[in-house]
Amino acid sequence: MSVLIIAEHDNKSLKPATLNTVTAATQIDADVHVLVVGFECQTVVEQASQVAGVTKVLVADNAAYEHQLAENVSKLVAEVASDYEHILAPATTTGKNTLPRVAALLNVAQLSDVIKVEAADTFVRPIYAGNAIATVKTTDSVKVLTIRTTGFDAAASTGGNAERQVLSQVIASDRSRFVKEQLAESDRPELTAASVIISGGRGMGNGENFKLLEGVADKLGAAIGASRAAVDAGFVPNDLQVGQTGKTVAPDLYIAVGISGAIQHLAGMKDSKVIVAINKDEDAPIFQVADYGLVADLFDAVPELEKSL
Amino acid sequence: MKILVSVKRVIDYNVKVRVKSDHTAVDLTNVKMSMNPFCEIAVEEAIRLKEKGVASEVVVVSVGSKSCQETLRTAMALGADRAIQVETEDGLDSLSVAKLIAKVAQDEAADLVIMGKQAIDSDNNQTGQMVAALLDYPQATFASEVVIENGEAKVTREIDGGLQTLAITLPAVVTTDLRLNEPRFASLPNIMKAKKKPLDVKTPADLGVEVGSKVSIVSVTPPPQRAGGIKVGSVAELVDKLKNEAKVVS
Repeated sequence: MSVLIIAEHDNKSLKPATLNTVTAATQIDADVHVLVVGFECQTVVEQASQVAGVTKVLVADNAAYEHQLAENVSKLVAEVASDYEHILAPATTTGKNTLPRVAALLNVAQLSDVIKVEAADTFVRPIYAGNAIATVKTTDSVKVLTIRTTGFDAAASTGGNAERQVLSQVIASDRSRFVKEQLAESDRPELTAASVIISGGRGMGNGENFKLLEGVADKLGAAIGASRAAVDAGFVPNDLQVGQTGKTVAPDLYIAVGISGAIQHLAGMKDSKVIVAINKDEDAPIFQVADYGLVADLFDAVPELEKSL
Repeated sequence: MKILVSVKRVIDYNVKVRVKSDHTAVDLTNVKMSMNPFCEIAVEEAIRLKEKGVASEVVVVSVGSKSCQETLRTAMALGADRAIQVETEDGLDSLSVAKLIAKVAQDEAADLVIMGKQAIDSDNNQTGQMVAALLDYPQATFASEVVIENGEAKVTREIDGGLQTLAITLPAVVTTDLRLNEPRFASLPNIMKAKKKPLDVKTPADLGVEVGSKVSIVSVTPPPQRAGGIKVGSVAELVDKLKNEAKVVS
């Protein structure tokens, strides 16, 4: 039976997280359908139907779906679920918000943050902040999974030619209403998709000092991240947070600056290919996972690093 | 207004977990257990709403074996009025827990259910959403601010790109993110007082809920270990290694 993916998008463009989820889906079954729920989202539909591996795009385009409220989307998905044995979404805040609701409506369990597909009914996921890896088997009639995007490569965004099907049902809850959104502006690559990330922690001292990281980030085309300590201290907004309670990243290169390396933070970045730590405390736990560690004052080392790149 | 808060007893967040040598689970014998940090934030938020006069009663519920009564006493020491333990084995799956909590919420006629966004052991991030779905209540997950007015909860949520604000009609379910508040500590007199507060024990049968799961654990293994790295002496050496050895910088 086919696999259904709920697309991650902002009504304007398909988010890369969807592409990683397509790869996970193709490991379950070759017939992959993508559901685009949104408002005035034709570009997204266009992009989704070109993704390699996608055979069909379902479209629900209505003002009621503009902000993808969980109440509306979950009921819609539950209605189309009878045609599918697997329902997937990327483990983004949108996917995490909606999918458990879908699972409960279908009276099945959900497997969160899947990092590996072993078989159509057996999946691998991290537990205890990534300090243990569980392999789980489900006999539920519908398998509902959120996919940790860093566990799967992105599918090619071109080469596909999926058919389209428009869903006409409109589900609008009158008990949940969108009020406003404040999005952080940035022209840097998106944190979860960046191939290089430079992150600052409490050692940065204040928000102003995060500018130091920008120079290095510009030279490497890197995204800027932060530890929870830096976010809680108000240095940077929380959407930069890497960790168990923030974003999970696995770039080619992760540079941790002034970050001690608490379990919470490591859960979000320890699958990075190469980890560099710059810290003046040589006993900081971050050095235990770092491939290259530099014991130095970041205020000397970071500007020097920028110059030598 | 009545608030129901769910709390979970989990391994303390500072403990380094060990996987059992037979790879069936994480070893929890003689390990320090505590209230899940996100649940503490949920309790704190409920108590603050009571202190503001918005809520009249705060009821805490926990699903698990007798030892979770300790967690419920902690919540009462922080200011919850009474507690309900739903007696089950530990480690029930999210859907079963959600069904039990949903039934308690219904029986208690709670106007607001506040839960942590995820437990730090199973890392599922599901139960709140499932409770909301089962009750057909609106939900606001990953809350960093909650304002109750005119039968509505205005909730600011932490989303991937920044913040989003929703208005949801009560009764509703809210799950807490870390930045919602800073939980207080229980004082000794309050810990003593909490011992006298009422704690009811119920079974799934009392609630008319059948629990069970179609998900089974095949194995639990430690994560792959990272090979120990090296310390470099200077920035120049670091850049050289990144360019020529790791080849991640061109």
